[in-house]
Amino acid sequence: MARGGRISRWPVLRQLRGQDARGDAARSARTDALRPRTEEADTVARSVCPYCAVGCGQLVYVKDGKVTQIEGDPDSPVSRGRLCPKGSASKQLVTHPGRQTHVLYRRPHGTEWERLDLETAMDMITDRVLRTRRETWQQEEDGKVVRRTLGIASLGGATLDNEENYLMKKLYTALGAIQVENQARI
Amino acid sequence: MNADCIVIQGSNMAECHPVGFQWVMEAKARGAKVFHVDPRFTRTSALADRHVPIRAGTDIVLLGALVNHVLANELDFREYVLAYTNASTIVSERFEDTEDLDGLFSGFDPGARKYDPSSWSYQGAAEEEAPGEHLEGGRRHAEAAGPHQYGSGGPPAPATPPTDPTLQHPRCVYQIVKRHFARYTPERVAELCGIPPEAFAELAEAITANSGRERTTAWVYSVGWTQHTVGAQYIRTAAILQLLLGNMGRPGGGILALRGHASIQGSTDIPTLFNLLPGYLPMPHAHLHEGLDHYLETVGSPTGFWGNRRSYMVSLLKAWWGEAATAENDFRFDHLPRLTGDHGHYTTVMGQIDGTVKGYFVVGENPAVGSSGGKAQRLGLANLDWLVVRDLTLVETATFWNDGPELETGEMRTEDIATEVFFLPAASHVEKEGTFTNTQRLLQWREKALDPPGDCRSELWFYYHLGKRIRRRLAGDEIDRPLRELTWDYPEHGEHAEPSAEAVLREINGTGPDGRALSAYTELRADGSTRCGCWIYCGVYAGEVNQAARRRPGREQTLVAPEWGWAWPANRRILYNRASADPEGRPWSERKAYVWWDAERGRWTGDDVPDFEPDKPPDYLPPEGAVAQAALSGAAPFIMQSDGKGWLFAPAGLADGPLPAHYESHESPVRNTLYGQQANPVRKVYRRPEAPYNPPESPRFPYVLTTYRLTEHHTAGGMSRSLAYLAELQPELFCEVSPQLAAELGLSNGGWATIVTTRTAVEARVLVTERIRPLRVQGRTVHQIGLPYHWGGRGLVTGDVVNDLLPLALDPNVYIQEGKATTCDLRPGRRPTGRALLDLIEEYRHG
Repeated sequence: MARGGRISRWPVLRQLRGQDARGDAARSARTDALRPRTEEADTVARSVCPYCAVGCGQLVYVKDGKVTQIEGDPDSPVSRGRLCPKGSASKQLVTHPGRQTHVLYRRPHGTEWERLDLETAMDMITDRVLRTRRETWQQEEDGKVVRRTLGIASLGGATLDNEENYLMKKLYTALGAIQVENQARI
Repeated sequence: MNADCIVIQGSNMAECHPVGFQWVMEAKARGAKVFHVDPRFTRTSALADRHVPIRAGTDIVLLGALVNHVLANELDFREYVLAYTNASTIVSERFEDTEDLDGLFSGFDPGARKYDPSSWSYQGAAEEEAPGEHLEGGRRHAEAAGPHQYGSGGPPAPATPPTDPTLQHPRCVYQIVKRHFARYTPERVAELCGIPPEAFAELAEAITANSGRERTTAWVYSVGWTQHTVGAQYIRTAAILQLLLGNMGRPGGGILALRGHASIQGSTDIPTLFNLLPGYLPMPHAHLHEGLDHYLETVGSPTGFWGNRRSYMVSLLKAWWGEAATAENDFRFDHLPRLTGDHGHYTTVMGQIDGTVKGYFVVGENPAVGSSGGKAQRLGLANLDWLVVRDLTLVETATFWNDGPELETGEMRTEDIATEVFFLPAASHVEKEGTFTNTQRLLQWREKALDPPGDCRSELWFYYHLGKRIRRRLAGDEIDRPLRELTWDYPEHGEHAEPSAEAVLREINGTGPDGRALSAYTELRADGSTRCGCWIYCGVYAGEVNQAARRRPGREQTLVAPEWGWAWPANRRILYNRASADPEGRPWSERKAYVWWDAERGRWTGDDVPDFEPDKPPDYLPPEGAVAQAALSGAAPFIMQSDGKGWLFAPAGLADGPLPAHYESHESPVRNTLYGQQANPVRKVYRRPEAPYNPPESPRFPYVLTTYRLTEHHTAGGMSRSLAYLAELQPELFCEVSPQLAAELGLSNGGWATIVTTRTAVEARVLVTERIRPLRVQGRTVHQIGLPYHWGGRGLVTGDVVNDLLPLALDPNVYIQEGKATTCDLRPGRRPTGRALLDLIEEYRHG
């Protein structure tokens, strides 16, 4: 940076003198004191972008229990450190204020959401799965054993992990639920 | 990156897969020629050498004409074609082509609108089976998305059918394919696609000049190819072309599907799909598969690698039912529920409307915005007893009862909707660990960065704990036995008792008799001594190491980068790479060397893991009566096929014909001039009020409508509309129209227009642009309209739901809807609201 008095180091003055506003002339004592969030992170997790299927590498920086930055992973031979606008915005995906963090419940004919605790919701869902399964159980169709329920269906999986899809298919199959589908059909 | 020519067709790679597109640009910088075939001029076109505008829904005409160009001028890679494809195979004399039947193949049943595929067999194959049995099988198989049931290549056909290596026999595949595509001429391309002969000639010249021993051409597609009533056949046509040019299994060649979701490939491999079990094993069908033996007899051929399917299946059953699965009880094969037909996404929605489906889980998906004909989706949701939605935000599927468009029109009232709705917040990708499988079959493990907030949990947590709760409450009766006996015991950790994703991945990988992780699917056994949750993923935990977590930096590796993550199968990066060497095992050329036979060491070797038995010599000939891979010769690279060949002609496996034929979209503004048959005769349509259609060639719906995605949004918007950066970058729904059409209709840039179909009308800002060009088709001008589909009623930016416009017309092989080529009307101004919107649609339906 140019040496001199406080006034002459003022970025606006230097830029007016014709120095490149995107280069050295943008520097000030304040900007020199700034440190990248990535440098101050407590931990860095090696991750993968959750949007399209290119599978770009991401580095997830965490400080004080919060995600402070997500950047492209330069080590990845798939992406070489690059991210697209969605991948670059994925810190917001994780931290934006519109994200729901509570279980919500809408009762039949209800006009409002209500709060429910997670344990209660899990028990209520268990009740419904067991009840619907029993009520709609089909042992045979046209004289053939089918051992299934058409009363329970599922949609989703293309944004989920392989391990999650695996448990889903395994549990649904054991329940006899066959209408299990995901975005790959669409 | 190794390609000499790249044709991107049915994909806007630069905008929808931007980071993957860097490799296209690398190839271009090295001299590759890049074409973009697409209805719209996009950033992909801007960076290509040539943009070829095409009328949406006509790609088979163009690809078929390229096939014809190659065959008529004998530009095929003859040595490759003779050795590695079924060109010389003789087909049954019962087969009749679209040439003979004006657009139909033999075996069509007009009443059932289904094909009996038995006459499409190789000579000598069909006669061995009773025709009745085959007919029954064919019909059932088509009903249950059967062709897809065969996964990646199980359809039965003999390993050594009769052939004519001179390719002169009139019923050999080569001659049949040649006759079939003879009518696909540059003139037809001009007439149907709107592509002038000069543009066609340039493309044809480039792909043939850049194929052969020394050079390779790659084809790239996305949902611009799949979302059609003939979608599977689009890809088939490209496969025929690429096989004729010798571009499969070679570096810089192939057909690359760019998939749109982080693990959509994984969710097909370990399927949350109705017709499949893990590893492309079909779900059993009540009327086709009586027991394990019968199932295994009927779901594939005894030759090729599918010949080992008993090992794959038994190991899966052992993974699921553990000690309870024994040889005496068919390894609990009867614990698997049975299919009886189509149980796909749209048919399930009809079941909701009819009241048979009562409970619905929607996890990380938003069908109220993302699926075609969204009104049917919302009618279905409103008729459920209970709905569980798991997502990061309150997506429209969770709130349809509160703010769905049917409330505004008065078709639904919140108080009348009896559906009980549970919304459970989900953990994000950084708040859990696990693997995604990307579009090139690469599994990459994600480390967890931190715990999820509040009530947010992973799907792993949800399904594991739901399963535990269900299992605790089982009664003693028989229907609960599959749940009682299920292996459902994973280590838990942390304050939320999160199940171990690594333990699940290890179960997917499989274990041997000693309980140790297996290292390859070739170690799987049919006697119940091995367990494996997904045979194609066997090896991802080889040596008790999470291979998907490997992170050796790319710059420290070859371009193949075998030590970054793990690709199925067996960490192979290019499938069928045996074809990169000639029949004797030598590279076709030094320039395109990839995998070859090392005679001294008696092994296959090269830059990648050979997709072949490592010590099978090129001159190996199968002994009489050999089964599985031993039945394939040392020069048969397509090891999943029963004959080890690439199929130019598919004797089995497809619901709509052994060869692709051009049919117009279900809704099309023009006539099919290739055949008397207008649209795919076996496409799936619903004859019910929730699925209205625009009549073909209707003057009320004169424009072609195609939908697409933007860089800044993600599919149905659940992961993008609520992000401030992305919302600001793409704030509003718009429609792309040409200056000519804008002038004709009095539309002004930035003003409003209303797009109308028999389903609904949506309003959008007008973007007048030369990026979308009117085409000359059959002597008249056809206008196309492009619409991105990311908006809905919620998020920081909102807009009408574009998919609500689309018809429920499906491909008969895979039941994917026709979202990329339909018809509409366009009018200036905003759409009416409330009752007036319904009146407008009524007027269009009957007016």
